[in-house]
Amino acid sequence: MSFTGHLFLGLLEGVVSGLVIALTAMGLSLVFGVMRIVNVAHGEFFMLGAVFAWYFSSLTGSFYPALVAAPIIVALVALLADRFILRPIRYAPEPTIVATIGLLYILQQLVLTFYGPYARPVAAPIYFRVDFPWFGYSGYKLVVAALAALLLAALWLVVTRTRLGLYMRATQQDREMAQAFGVPTERVYAAAFALGAVLAAIAGVLIVPVQQAHYLMGLDALLLSFMAVIIGGVGSLTGTLVAALFIGLIDGVMSVFFTPTLAKIVASLLVVFVLVLKPMGLFGGDRL
Amino acid sequence: MSARRITRREAMKTAGALVGAGVLTGISGVLPTRAPTAAAQASTPSGKTLRIGFQVHRTGIGAVYGAWYEKTANAAVMYINETGGIAGRPVELVAEDDGTDPKRGVEVVEKLAQQAKVDFIFGTLFSNVVIAAAPRAGELKIPYLVVSEGYHVPSGKMNRYVFQPGITDVHAQVTALVPWIVKNLGKKITMVFPDYAFGYDHRDFGGAAIAKVGGKVAALVPIPPTETSFTKYFPQIPRDTDVVYHVMVGPGVLTFVLQMGEYFGARKPKLFGFIDSLEGVDMASPGLDFLEGSHIWEALPRYADGYPTRYETFYRARVGVNASGASQQDPKNVSTYSHMFGVWETLFVIKEVVEQSGYEMPGPEGYRAFIETLERFEWFNEGNRHPQGAKKFVGRLHQAFGQQFISQVQNRRLRVVDRTRIEDGMYKPEGDYTKQPL
Repeated sequence: MSFTGHLFLGLLEGVVSGLVIALTAMGLSLVFGVMRIVNVAHGEFFMLGAVFAWYFSSLTGSFYPALVAAPIIVALVALLADRFILRPIRYAPEPTIVATIGLLYILQQLVLTFYGPYARPVAAPIYFRVDFPWFGYSGYKLVVAALAALLLAALWLVVTRTRLGLYMRATQQDREMAQAFGVPTERVYAAAFALGAVLAAIAGVLIVPVQQAHYLMGLDALLLSFMAVIIGGVGSLTGTLVAALFIGLIDGVMSVFFTPTLAKIVASLLVVFVLVLKPMGLFGGDRL
Repeated sequence: MSARRITRREAMKTAGALVGAGVLTGISGVLPTRAPTAAAQASTPSGKTLRIGFQVHRTGIGAVYGAWYEKTANAAVMYINETGGIAGRPVELVAEDDGTDPKRGVEVVEKLAQQAKVDFIFGTLFSNVVIAAAPRAGELKIPYLVVSEGYHVPSGKMNRYVFQPGITDVHAQVTALVPWIVKNLGKKITMVFPDYAFGYDHRDFGGAAIAKVGGKVAALVPIPPTETSFTKYFPQIPRDTDVVYHVMVGPGVLTFVLQMGEYFGARKPKLFGFIDSLEGVDMASPGLDFLEGSHIWEALPRYADGYPTRYETFYRARVGVNASGASQQDPKNVSTYSHMFGVWETLFVIKEVVEQSGYEMPGPEGYRAFIETLERFEWFNEGNRHPQGAKKFVGRLHQAFGQQFISQVQNRRLRVVDRTRIEDGMYKPEGDYTKQPL
């Protein structure tokens, strides 16, 4: 394969995985931005999305019900977690980390118990192969990338153009002041947490025809999301998007030209450099 | 033997192995020599029951294998207990999860040996776990019988206490298979393998075997076993490759095969895969049509018509596997059929060796008898105890050698097209454990 072919494959892989990472990381970023908590169980919402996608699509024989049902169920799980775990500990930063680590294991082990250790496939709703001059590529992956981009645009609209978005931004800037102005901050917290989980779950549903549902799949998603959020600047949605694409591209291009292991090393080094040079991240600040 | 008079239902009624076992041995008083000893031990709490430690990958990337290894082990123990136990003693499995994690694997060996005080430890699969845990078993001086396929056992690099009597190692598998690949599929071969010990066995011995029969390794593509996306590795496969030799493990195996199909499309090279790439995967999974016509190694054919011996049929039914290699209860739950027979066979090796050696309890004396007896074995005959086929056992290597199957994907199922003989896999031995002190 020529240099152009290699580069093209690297860029393509990079953009596709970057957009999926962005979708997952956005939820983490949103939750941190609004609630100031680190949700270590975020990757498990991604995994739950994938597992429920398998469940619903094997129940109904079609992928589309799963696309709707799985995120709703994950949202309910997130709301319950918010009500019965996070609220009782008053969203205090350190206890939240411990509590969400606990949640991570509980969700993982529940899935292992009831779903099993299998990596189960789901048929892609649309299957076609795009034949480039150098190699073939999954058409469904391109569709996933496009959908992820659309959802990110929708999220941007929600945050900047709706009342919920306004509430979230207000709560992020100054919780007490927002409360004084009548913003129901507790409900905003719950909504932000559920929305974050839904984004991760949708990413999980979309990825499952590519990657199969497996009870440990949340770990990779969590690590990549953390990287994107840290590099992008904690709480900044724009920063998260830029960083996710950046991580995806580095991974794609480096993997194709060198080795995927080197790509992971470089991405991790990048996190270190960003933290040393700009401790708040590239777009770090107080705004969503 | 009078023990046969007890039916399965009755045995179940007596509330599981422990209680049921007392009755069993009571009735089987006619059993030669051993039974009275067993009955005498009944009064001491740790006596009597033979306790076999089972190191199992219940969680982690080996969990699919672990689930089936456990099913197989339970089926084998049930059958052993129904037919008089081991030397008249009932058998109990003491299973412990190691998370497919080498560090945890060492702890599991310690826990089983020192706290649970089992008689033997067996069942470990993933080679990174075996390599980490085997030295500890050697230090604790407890027989450790793995079902791993890795060459680490016959290489002589483990220790006197480590055996692999139930499954052929990778070195022997590739020695038997590579001549077939080069002769039937092509000379220029690219090897795609997992980036850890098990994969290196393929790389080293497959590579050497390819060169030996006049083939050429076009490229080596190692992939971390935890990888989830594979397209980025495929540019490393040269376009003029005749054959892609692939062996993958872990939860990403189906993705691997699917993405390879998308990448190559109709311009695909010939494929020779090891069933590891498809263990636990339904052949009817979406996107697998790409594999049609390609060849796959199997240790024991997944589909019942592949090797329809009476023993294989018996074993299949006892473990609860249907004719397509999936669970009888859940046809979507596909087994790891080419590996788990090793668990069954290893348990029967323990039975045969305990009965011949007169092993009674943990300790230097018992273990010396056990190990020296096992090392003297030369064959395990085909039968209900060894349904995959007869095994040649080389005592100095602590390793068994069996036949291998080559199947082709036809109409979305595996059809056996060839079978190698035990001799085809024999290689020049390197190690000699019998010279090591006990």
